[in-house]
Amino acid sequence: MSRIVLEHIDKFYGDNHVLKDINLTIEDGDFMTLLGPSGCGKTTTLRVVSGLEKPQGGKLLMDGKTIIDAAEAFYEEPSKRGLNLVFQSYALWPHMTVFQNVAFGLKIKKMKKDEIESTVMRALSTMRIAEYRDRYPNELSGGQQQRVAIARAIASSPKLLLLDEPLSNLDARLRIDMRAELKRLHKETGTTIIYVTHDQVEALTMSTKIALFKAGEISQVATPLELYTNPIDLEAADFIGNPRINFIDAKAVFDGETLKVKSPIGDYDFAKEKLKLDEEIPQKKEFDVVMGLRPELVDIYTEDPKHKNTIVAEVYASQPAGSESLVTLTVNGIDFLAKQIGLVEYDMNEKVYVVLHPSRMNVYNKETGRLIKFAKVKHHAGVDD
Amino acid sequence: MAVSSVKELKKNRKFSWKRVKNQIMGILGNPFNVIVFFTLIILFVLIIIPLLIMIQNTFIVAKAELRSIPGASIGDYTLYYWKYLLASPLTQTVFWEPLLHSLTIGFFVTLISVPLGSIMAWLMVRTDIPGKGVLSAMILIPYMIPSWCKALSWLSIFRNELSGSYGLLTGMGIPIPDWLAYGPFAIVIVMVMHYYAFSYIMVSGSLRSINSELEEMGEIQGATKFRILKSITLPLVLPAFLSATIMTISKSIGTYGVAANLGNRISYYVLATRMKEFINDAPKGVGYAMSILMILLASGTIFANQKLIGTRKSYATIGGKGTRSNLIPLGKAKVPMMILLIVFLFFSMFMPLFVLIMESFQIVPGKGYGLSNLSLYAWFGTLDNAPNPAFAQNGLFRNSEFARACWNTIKLSILGSLITAICGQFFGYVTTRGRGKWYGKLTEQMIFIPYLMPGVAFSAIYFAMFSRPRLGGIIPSLYGTFTLILLCSIVKHFPFASRSGSSNMMQISVELEEAADLAGASFWKRIGRIVIPLAKGGFVSGFLLSFISIAKELDLIALLMTPANYTLSFLSFDYSKEAMPQVADAICIVIILFILVCNKLAKKIGGDVSKSMG
Repeated sequence: MSRIVLEHIDKFYGDNHVLKDINLTIEDGDFMTLLGPSGCGKTTTLRVVSGLEKPQGGKLLMDGKTIIDAAEAFYEEPSKRGLNLVFQSYALWPHMTVFQNVAFGLKIKKMKKDEIESTVMRALSTMRIAEYRDRYPNELSGGQQQRVAIARAIASSPKLLLLDEPLSNLDARLRIDMRAELKRLHKETGTTIIYVTHDQVEALTMSTKIALFKAGEISQVATPLELYTNPIDLEAADFIGNPRINFIDAKAVFDGETLKVKSPIGDYDFAKEKLKLDEEIPQKKEFDVVMGLRPELVDIYTEDPKHKNTIVAEVYASQPAGSESLVTLTVNGIDFLAKQIGLVEYDMNEKVYVVLHPSRMNVYNKETGRLIKFAKVKHHAGVDD
Repeated sequence: MAVSSVKELKKNRKFSWKRVKNQIMGILGNPFNVIVFFTLIILFVLIIIPLLIMIQNTFIVAKAELRSIPGASIGDYTLYYWKYLLASPLTQTVFWEPLLHSLTIGFFVTLISVPLGSIMAWLMVRTDIPGKGVLSAMILIPYMIPSWCKALSWLSIFRNELSGSYGLLTGMGIPIPDWLAYGPFAIVIVMVMHYYAFSYIMVSGSLRSINSELEEMGEIQGATKFRILKSITLPLVLPAFLSATIMTISKSIGTYGVAANLGNRISYYVLATRMKEFINDAPKGVGYAMSILMILLASGTIFANQKLIGTRKSYATIGGKGTRSNLIPLGKAKVPMMILLIVFLFFSMFMPLFVLIMESFQIVPGKGYGLSNLSLYAWFGTLDNAPNPAFAQNGLFRNSEFARACWNTIKLSILGSLITAICGQFFGYVTTRGRGKWYGKLTEQMIFIPYLMPGVAFSAIYFAMFSRPRLGGIIPSLYGTFTLILLCSIVKHFPFASRSGSSNMMQISVELEEAADLAGASFWKRIGRIVIPLAKGGFVSGFLLSFISIAKELDLIALLMTPANYTLSFLSFDYSKEAMPQVADAICIVIILFILVCNKLAKKIGGDVSKSMG
């Protein structure tokens, strides 16, 4: 129903270049999340799509129809784009009841009265807030207001639903509930969704695709799993994942066939087919790399497991937190974090055996900061190394 | 195709008619742009052009001076007026003396009123002085009474034979010298009694916003009460204190009503009163030149204020728990302090008012309150049965001038404040929605200009602009018309109205409009269905506050008055020059009642007196 293509979008606020040549295709039915720290241009991109912001350069197509053509100063009106937006602040009209809020847009579309009634009630039921129809927004809790805002956006059955950090004003528990709600909504309506957030958990749990923003540019577009496993550069790797990924400085040599890495946590060889060969990899000379190691991929044993990738480490500190435990380890003067499921506790300075999985490590060229070695997306414990 | 600026982007483009068409449609098709356009035009025509014309008038020969400037014809370029003012044998009398007087008054008013108001603020906010409710009312209510009414009260007590009738003290046989009754001393005292409230409002606001935890932290560190006051509290209120100081200087230098009432009788002139004489007589150009100097003086102090305070103003003193605040115990001094304050306020504010009210019932002022000296003449009498042959007018309710002035005042206040409030909302809309854009800034700056000018100087601008036909007769001469007074009152209140408008609009988040935009509502529909319903409350309180302010205005309209347009304020001012002050007093009382009633109303709807500073 709705395929959105952004081509070479440039947006300036005065001299401030906030969107730099943005190119992005959102397929019909996608749940596309624009992810990034604040001020990286993700909300601006959403507002460009919605029509509330006019870019100075570039094109926007929806289902092949030109919506924006900056070169011709053509900008389709927001209300004619067949989309709706849920604001971060909800932007509920405080002088209208829940029903009136949801009905407003339908009235403007000159829908018949009984039709409005049934459409509004359907939207309210979908969001499970039908009983609040005659309340004013300030008589509702934050979570209920959020539901009204979404009901208002879906009442007009938009082809495209835009959500701007909709969960950031909710408390932690409500946020988990609303995530489930939104995921269901996406499945049930099949509407294309563009979702803006700075919260990687929201992005990873709900999206079908994630566009990672960095300083007005898109650095990576990928599925959540792909993005988590193989962040395209050091910044992306650092941003995605909680607890943070471990970075370990190392030296490497590439002879055209194998990348040989020497690091404080061991020496590893990576075959050519696991490398990202379109990136800059110096040949036949030693260069600096950074190894990326996810904390959950570090296995800790108190007795030698006789695994070929075992190293001996010392426990620096351990932080049991119920469902998971974080353990800081030291090897050859290098600190790194391991995450164990469940309640585990180690003594300070205890000697432990650590098994690492080279196939699931990332390697980055330190100079360019770019990924040069892929990690395997699917991992079978015990079978793979 | 990586570009780094909009310019580069545009350079790469070929010319296209379609683009031009889309751009024009984009600008014209958006009613917001049309509103911005008209806002800028209106402000330019009503503020910038009159100002420029007045400046121009100080350099151009007018008809009245044809004989004084040999060989000149009307419209010639001349430095005559500026020379007359700044470099002629008369300079001493027409310029240096009034300037010195204005500065002296400004200095002493500030010296007394700022510490007075600040100490009151500290007592009221930070100490456990009892009876705060009564005290706060006693401090704030007098501020609503126009300053020139206070001058009349002063006269009702201290008047001596120079005025033709006695005041309370002279009547009791206490000889009152001229220097006490009139002139700088009297002017300073009366202005202090008005402007102390200014410092009180600003400093108490700032004190209230200080989290008492800041002071408690000092206490934990072992500082004494005095040390805390000196090192923590005072530095935090310093910005408010400095602002109050400078605003008081600027206001007291520009005040006309008080200086005219108490100074003119003994030929003690300040800039404002001298200027009015020049503009009402001749050479007008000299009056205009003086008004420019007054504007520079006033705006200079205000800019100094912003320069001085600007960076320091924004202490984020409001913390989450800032409302809870521990009061400083005054101990044994508690009750004496309260009594002292009440006695002071009573004698400085309420007794004069009482004397003023009583005087309106006296047959001969200063002859005591015996039944034989009391009459309702000032209210209901007619000249043919006047108990005192010195009466020059019928009593208020038999007086056609009073009826007309009432009607004029009501007309002026209602129309003026209605238009001001509507414009204010629109300006507020343009400035908040245009925040950070060139037109938003330009609108804000233009609206700010009338704020920089003392009322008399501002009306001089309108006098210069509209005292003769403009644009070849398309705009007729407005001198002597109600329209001119209305226009002047409206524009002078723009800064205040647009401030209330923009704080009102600030509360209506842009996203509420954007949501309606996405739902397909047109601009006017958004204004009608979203903005206006939400702005209603703020509009009404903004309306009532400018209503009060316009109703009591004297300084602003004094210059433009002709008998047919007299308002209550000006009628009272006019009558007060006569030998018998009772009728003037009675008008004053009517105005005070009117203001108190309106204020009560405004408060009910959610307005705040402290917002109508001025």
